[in-house]
Amino acid sequence: AARAAELELQIADVQAAATKRAAMPASLTTTAPEPDGGFGLGRAALPEEIAAWDVDVLPDGRGLPEGTGNAFDGEEVFAQKCASCHGDFAEGVDNWPVLAGGFDTLGDKDPVKTVGSYWPHLSTVWDYVHRSMPFGEAGTLTPDETYAIVAYILYSNDLIDDEFELTHENLGTFEMYNRDGFVIDDRSDAEYTEWRADPCMENCKDTVEVTMRSVFLVETPAEGGTESTMNNATADGLPSFTAEGPSFIPAAIPKVEQEESSTDQTEATPAVQQADDGDDTSQLVVAGEKVFRKCKACHQIGEGAKNRSGPQLNAVFGRVMGSVDGFKYSDAFKAAQEEGRVWDDPAMAEFLARPKGFMKGTKMAFPGLKKEADIKAVAAYIKTFGE
Amino acid sequence: NADPLITELQDWASYTGVGVDETPYGMPIEYESHVVRRNVEWLTASPISSINFTPIHALDGTITPQGCAFERHHSGAIELRKEDYRLMINGLVDKPLVFSYADIERFPRENHVYFCECAANTGMEWAGAQLNGVQFTHGMIHNMEYTGVPLRALLKEAGADISSDKWVYVEGADASSNGRSIPMEKALDDVLVAFKANGEALRMEHGYPVRLVVPGWEGNMWVKWLRRIEVVDRAVESREETSKYTDVLEDGTARKWTWVMDAKSVITSPSPQQPITHGKGPLVISGLAWSGHGQITRVDVSKDGGITWETARLGKQGDIKALTRFYVDMMWDGAPMLLQSRAMDETGYSQPTKEQLREKRGENSVYHNNCIQTWYVNAEGIAENVEVS
Repeated sequence: AARAAELELQIADVQAAATKRAAMPASLTTTAPEPDGGFGLGRAALPEEIAAWDVDVLPDGRGLPEGTGNAFDGEEVFAQKCASCHGDFAEGVDNWPVLAGGFDTLGDKDPVKTVGSYWPHLSTVWDYVHRSMPFGEAGTLTPDETYAIVAYILYSNDLIDDEFELTHENLGTFEMYNRDGFVIDDRSDAEYTEWRADPCMENCKDTVEVTMRSVFLVETPAEGGTESTMNNATADGLPSFTAEGPSFIPAAIPKVEQEESSTDQTEATPAVQQADDGDDTSQLVVAGEKVFRKCKACHQIGEGAKNRSGPQLNAVFGRVMGSVDGFKYSDAFKAAQEEGRVWDDPAMAEFLARPKGFMKGTKMAFPGLKKEADIKAVAAYIKTFGE
Repeated sequence: NADPLITELQDWASYTGVGVDETPYGMPIEYESHVVRRNVEWLTASPISSINFTPIHALDGTITPQGCAFERHHSGAIELRKEDYRLMINGLVDKPLVFSYADIERFPRENHVYFCECAANTGMEWAGAQLNGVQFTHGMIHNMEYTGVPLRALLKEAGADISSDKWVYVEGADASSNGRSIPMEKALDDVLVAFKANGEALRMEHGYPVRLVVPGWEGNMWVKWLRRIEVVDRAVESREETSKYTDVLEDGTARKWTWVMDAKSVITSPSPQQPITHGKGPLVISGLAWSGHGQITRVDVSKDGGITWETARLGKQGDIKALTRFYVDMMWDGAPMLLQSRAMDETGYSQPTKEQLREKRGENSVYHNNCIQTWYVNAEGIAENVEVS
């Protein structure tokens, strides 16, 4: 009895402590202090620094630098700087964005959202092209080039004729096709009022049928391990459910055998050659792989490399220029191919330093690698994919 | 028969293991090498402007390890040294300022756990059940503990005009120079200028050395490699807030400024990548719930495709605008199930079905799909992504 009384006391203590804890404010943390007058951290931003970074453009045109451009000039700049991804007529190559057309498709299944059909402000086009394009070479367009490209995009959308002169003075008042196509987030009225309600817990429906199965059975890497294997089983039948439970048990599903990773895959494309001739080379290759990031936007290399906006680069050294099957070369490279010119070290070095100097008329928009060390490194990296 | 793993002397019980000087920074043991981010090649034109997915099917608890937290960049992840880092604040401010990385670390800082969800998470599922794995249907999300400086402290330091009709335009240092406009009210509320996640420096792919954390709002606004904060008198309406991250409705009009991520949940196990392999008997159903409006207060689970629901057990009290783990502990009799989960948040909002969402928005929204997900689990324990009536 004494033991029981002792236990009861202990329980009372524990309960009292719990009550005390529960009564405490939920949080002991306080927000970071903000003294009046601040901390005196940072330094004044200089006017030329602000000018260098503060280049965004507002819908009313504020922020635009002086300049002008028309579709006629724009066609040439676009062909040179944009067409490799967006197509000569802004129609889009592969999965890259289509910039023209798609008018009156926004209410359809799979609407075509282009600059012409969807973008509400022209300022956005100028701002984005100027700051973020071309892909892999952002921030290199002059204001006039940008006005010209934007004019060409408008022209390819039939929004202006080829004599229209786009300038910093008329851009902010240009009326885009879909300018009235947007409403400010209205979920709180349109949705929350209905969905802030106690949900159903029982007998919410009479029966439930499976109406759709997953379409894309995503492949996982062979090395993924058993637990990451996507379920690529296909059941012959599916149950329907009632309040009494499933009414149909499907036939047993045949186990799908794990596919052995195929061995011929590695032979199809040149494997990475391990640089075994000393640390200098392997360091060069590692450095070259980093430099190659600048090329990746347009060029693929390695197993399964395909032509993108630039040709695939496997075994490019020793190959005749302009000779990759299925790639649409510029006239300049077609001529080099006819002449039988071959990619060797000096040719590649010169090309990488100044593409347009080496091959006048190339579609490659890349301005060139400034550092000789980068050229050496990237060449060493490319060579690991065959010579 | 006696288990030789017990009766026989094993190598690891006899030979010595790995020394403390062999792995200065550790990786998961090789047996866990399948727990990695994955991408879906056909989604985008190039892996440089693309997204990959968190392996949420294989994680538990709520914190996402940085190394497998999804990445989305518009122009590739960049290497920016702390020494080369500059943060400018300009526009409608008394004193335009430039901060170094070291300056940022001298402001009083806070710690908060928040989820970051891409607006396009589950976006491929609008038209129907598509990708057969929760990593792919719901993996554009991560949840970390951030250390950072409240954005309002920097605004105050520069003497910003913080009246309620002003906006803060934030911009990244990478080639895409992703820029988004944030209304002043939010900027002064809970936005953080963060430099640590889960205790260590941000990873390159998450914006090292400094990123913005915009709790509860779509991931695109969490600008990485943050380089500039401009106080402006209107929204800039940049590419990422007009041509992208706007939601086309059935009639062709589009919603803009849909910043908040509404309440959502999903069962992570069992799921297509995580089948039931143990047969009948005790089964742990595990999942995640979150809301950009605040705390998760309740999660319900259905095993029959939404005819009946039961309330799940929360792993712990839900944090505000952070992932909450939920469990249903059951005895599985081997009968097929149509598993669903339904989150409720502190505003009383209850996660809608796909039909409800489609009724309001049609099928072309791409972004902000927070519908109830269904997994069909068959008698063998194999799970599949399906839609139900």
